Amino acid sequence: MSATDAEIYATRSFTETEVPMIELKGVSRRFAKKLDVAAKLARKLGADVKEEVVHAVDHVDLRVRKGEVVGLVGESGCGKSTLGRIVAGILPQSEGQVLWNGQDVATLPGEAARTAKLRRQMIFQDPYASLNPRMRVADIVGEAPQVHGLIKRGGFDEYVDEQMRRAGLDPAFKRRYPHQFSGGQRQRIGIARALAVQPEFIVCDEAVAALDVSIQAQILNLFMRLRRELDLTYLFISHDLGVVEHLSDRVVIMYLGRVVEEAPTERVFTAANHPYTRSLLDSVPRIGNRKRAFATVKGEIPSPLNPPSGCHFHPRCPLAFDRCKVEVPKLKAVDSLHRSACHLNDRA
Amino acid sequence: MSAPTLEVRNLCTHFFTRAGVVKAVDDVSFTVDRGKVLGLVGESGSGKTVTGFSIMGLVDAPGRIVSGSILFQGKDLATLSEEEMRHLRGNRIAMIFQDPMMTLNPVLRIDTQMIETVLAHEKVSEDEARQRSRDALGMVGIPSPDERLKSYPHQFSGGMRQRVAIAIALLHRPELIVADEPTTALDVTIQGQILAEVQKLCATTGTAMIWITHDLSVVAGLADDIAVMYAGKVVEYGDVGEVLDKPLHPYTHGLIGSVPSRNKRGEPLRQIPGMTPSLLNLPEGCAFRARCPRAQADCVQRPELREWLPARLARCHHPHREEAAAA
Repeated sequence: MSATDAEIYATRSFTETEVPMIELKGVSRRFAKKLDVAAKLARKLGADVKEEVVHAVDHVDLRVRKGEVVGLVGESGCGKSTLGRIVAGILPQSEGQVLWNGQDVATLPGEAARTAKLRRQMIFQDPYASLNPRMRVADIVGEAPQVHGLIKRGGFDEYVDEQMRRAGLDPAFKRRYPHQFSGGQRQRIGIARALAVQPEFIVCDEAVAALDVSIQAQILNLFMRLRRELDLTYLFISHDLGVVEHLSDRVVIMYLGRVVEEAPTERVFTAANHPYTRSLLDSVPRIGNRKRAFATVKGEIPSPLNPPSGCHFHPRCPLAFDRCKVEVPKLKAVDSLHRSACHLNDRA
Repeated sequence: MSAPTLEVRNLCTHFFTRAGVVKAVDDVSFTVDRGKVLGLVGESGSGKTVTGFSIMGLVDAPGRIVSGSILFQGKDLATLSEEEMRHLRGNRIAMIFQDPMMTLNPVLRIDTQMIETVLAHEKVSEDEARQRSRDALGMVGIPSPDERLKSYPHQFSGGMRQRVAIAIALLHRPELIVADEPTTALDVTIQGQILAEVQKLCATTGTAMIWITHDLSVVAGLADDIAVMYAGKVVEYGDVGEVLDKPLHPYTHGLIGSVPSRNKRGEPLRQIPGMTPSLLNLPEGCAFRARCPRAQADCVQRPELREWLPARLARCHHPHREEAAAA
């Protein structure tokens, strides 16, 4: 995809009739810690014991159109990985709808549901933990397409070779086990495995975070080449703003389970609206910055078990006022391309 | 000008394994002055951590310092006995590790650990030691240090734990701190806070610091000098601004090109082909030869660290000399 295409994507707002490839409507995911026997007993006897519930993802709306690269950014515990898993269809949501090409995946009939799931694949962060150490590369890459009948009879080797070559791996290594590869090569195996079932949509969950800079650059270049060649759509989850800035057309920022801002990449990095986004950008060390005082956001990320009331960011926010403590700000349009969840926007 | 706080000269730390001799640190030299920060940058396996461990005298068998000297205020640490080293370590030289959960004892309260550190090197009353511990926690920006002293490590978040580790390192006002990737495991906003604290501390206390990291952008904002390591050797050494703006060595050049934020969006990154060679069988001559776009026949000869421009050293036969000199 050329830069001009990317610009067109980024500067086009969603029209009423447009059907995005993936759409999340009010999706939430809660994780509850089940009570043990003692706690249940205590509750029966009248003690005030409640299940601990984490709102990992809290009423998130998200749209990704075909061909787009959306970057999902946030710090640890903000729910970005959980959201990625829901989008990839490997984790059910507690609430809300996931729409694939306009259809709710929960209501799709058997065959269509299977295809919808197969078209969405995921690439994981840790290339050491996400590959079965006891399977040969050929089986890691070839098993899924064989099961799903994507390989012609007798065409297994040829198919696997093509997948490996596309991910930049030498097919001569296909009889090897994962431990015989370096981190970067393993990530390529993970990419070959995801692409082997011919997906249209890829969720990359911190896919380059564990790699050295020079290897990271190789993998990022591979992602961009594959996007062009196979017309892929990405949801790119990362805590690294530099990577996201480089790769994405649009950026979504999350904080403690909620989306706080969403805008075209250029806009986020030049004219961020939400105070959290701005402080996040200030905190990022940049190679161009020399010997300067690091800007800091005060305070720590609160526990998602017990998030602050109102706007989750208000205890750390330099601009917070009374309303922020009581009312949850809605994600509202700043203009046709830009959405932000901050009460300050109502003041102006 | 006074003598540098630390001067490392031709340091070689080798590991004698069954598979062969691993030259983890091979002929490394650099100096750190009072109140200055040296960024020691490299990818995994480049020997940056082993360099830090060598300075601290923490290299375990089968590894050992084979040759070279580590002059700390004129005294060679490499020749000191274990007992003499123990008096310096934690007292005049301190280290901060990547994972604060590994450095803090999970079953002891913070005050126990901090007071123990104070008393290990100084004969003071316990009350005074407690006072010192509390001041150190306050110095690294931990709110309500009195209460926090009574907490256990698991009651702290990752960023706070790292602050505690830094506070312990600061207890004796060391002249040198070796920090090994202390912010790598932290979130950006927390990393920003820690970097700001560290910057302030170095400036006010005059502590010299070696900041070991793989992240060029952290070094860019924090360090005064930079030493880039590749396969156990320092390949480029000089002022941070100079090196990052006009790198001499092709590896530094490639590394900077690999950092996404610097490149124009959407364009392919200038990647370095191939991967780091195994330290067990390094190619003859320049270790970067096989991945280098400027390699020529004479790169089979081992290059020496040479001063190509004033105060700019590079270990290369064909550095980006014209570009660096032109600007």
